[in-house]
Amino acid sequence: MEPKPHRGPSQLRPVRDGIHNNDEDAAVTGLSGTTSVVTPDPKSLPRLFPSGGMTSLTEHLAWYGPLPSRSSDLIRDVEAAGLRGRGGAGFPTAIKMAAVAGRRGRAVVVANGTEGEPASSKDKTLLGSAPHLVLDGATLAAEAVGARSIIVCVERTQVASLTILTRAIEDRKRAGLDRVEITIEGAPDRYVAGEESALVHWLNGGEAKPTFVPPRPFEKGVGGRPTLVDNVETLAHVGLIGRYGSSWFRSLGTAEDPGTTLLTLSGAVARPGVYEVPGGSSLVSVLEGAGAVTDSLQAVLIGGYFGTWLPRSQLQEVDLGATSLRGAGSSLGCGMVFALSTDACGLEESARVARWLAGENAGQCGPCVFGLDSLAATLEGMVVGGWDAHASSERVQSLLHQIAGRGACKHPDGAVRFVQSTLRVFAAEIARHAEHGRCGRSAGHLPTPTPGAWR
Amino acid sequence: MSLRIVVNPITCVAHGMCHELFPERIQLDEWGYPMIDPSPITPDIEEHARRAAAACPTLALVLIDEKA
Repeated sequence: MEPKPHRGPSQLRPVRDGIHNNDEDAAVTGLSGTTSVVTPDPKSLPRLFPSGGMTSLTEHLAWYGPLPSRSSDLIRDVEAAGLRGRGGAGFPTAIKMAAVAGRRGRAVVVANGTEGEPASSKDKTLLGSAPHLVLDGATLAAEAVGARSIIVCVERTQVASLTILTRAIEDRKRAGLDRVEITIEGAPDRYVAGEESALVHWLNGGEAKPTFVPPRPFEKGVGGRPTLVDNVETLAHVGLIGRYGSSWFRSLGTAEDPGTTLLTLSGAVARPGVYEVPGGSSLVSVLEGAGAVTDSLQAVLIGGYFGTWLPRSQLQEVDLGATSLRGAGSSLGCGMVFALSTDACGLEESARVARWLAGENAGQCGPCVFGLDSLAATLEGMVVGGWDAHASSERVQSLLHQIAGRGACKHPDGAVRFVQSTLRVFAAEIARHAEHGRCGRSAGHLPTPTPGAWR
Repeated sequence: MSLRIVVNPITCVAHGMCHELFPERIQLDEWGYPMIDPSPITPDIEEHARRAAAACPTLALVLIDEKA
């Protein structure tokens, strides 16, 4: 099945799959004429992008039907659906919900729409296109864990998302659909600011930097309350599971990777953008669906800057399921997929990312502060060449050993994973650079944005 | 009961006292931050572990008593 691209609200093309005619007029007519809404065909894509652009409350209700009333079965349904978090860590959502529901005291739900991953835009695209589905999921989750308030967090630089959310919340109030109070917070624009302990720390008035857990947010989060922090895509899927159930959810994807997932495809692809694909889709079909010519690719970076490079030789054998990716030393993370063409320098590209990751340390843990800087400097030296290839590889290994597992958060571990895959995949490149210096191929394809403030 | 050492990496600022007092399980990395050997802390060196935790100027080194 060829994935459908979504390139941000203004460029979204209407999707005409499924039993609903996605034509806007038809959807609106459907609502005014009758309240009977047919359950969307579970096999049709996309699930999360009902219309070509920003989906109004009217269109949203016409497409998905009304939000079901509070259900004591939601956590059980989410568990049966096998939903895993879509923010990067892939933790089972039902376990997180049950942990919050099991605590004493009034809980809080944080809908995490911060997307600090430079080459990922699926959360921004989702919020810009289907804000009500995210808010539905947050509402159902809040009712299931005993929360009376929802805080939606989006980077304050994402003005379009913030505007759309503000309007969406007003529309829900006007329609009497505000079952749980929802507020919006414009979060700092830093890579680690979206890590849940960092986000909670910032919501409590501190800097958006990770804390040394425990206590974890589910135990003591916003205002000291048990706090459920879920990625906005995760919540959108909760909004679907709450309506149509776990079997519906599982009718796309595989047993191990049920449902659909959002990917952001960029790099050497003809049609970069956000795609919704069934879980466990083949990597090559996804890349080719976005217009990549697999033979002209050198490698693919999967899972963002905490992710891993896969060489071209491995692309055919890998699908986007957790087991397959784990076997290749990788994971889907936030769904970022970047294709590196053969005329780019993988080593220099990686050195740039390592330098950026070093700059995104929170300045808190010594091994991360000093280690990532040394790691980036060593990679930069390897790009320039003139070093003994063996000695510089040993130096990197020594650094990786001193960095791994030694931070309060997983930032250093993510950098270690990324650099390990760089050494593995670009070994021949590294040897050539050691001997001949710079290769003259291009670099600068992966974005390395200027960091924002910590508060 | 068995003892486990945990370092709070945020409060640790690399004074290095822990390595001085408990070299049996604590080495320093090249920047002076402690790297913990996870081997069990045997009774004969328990006192060293307790002294290292007590001496940490930032209270970053924490000893956790765990039921065996």
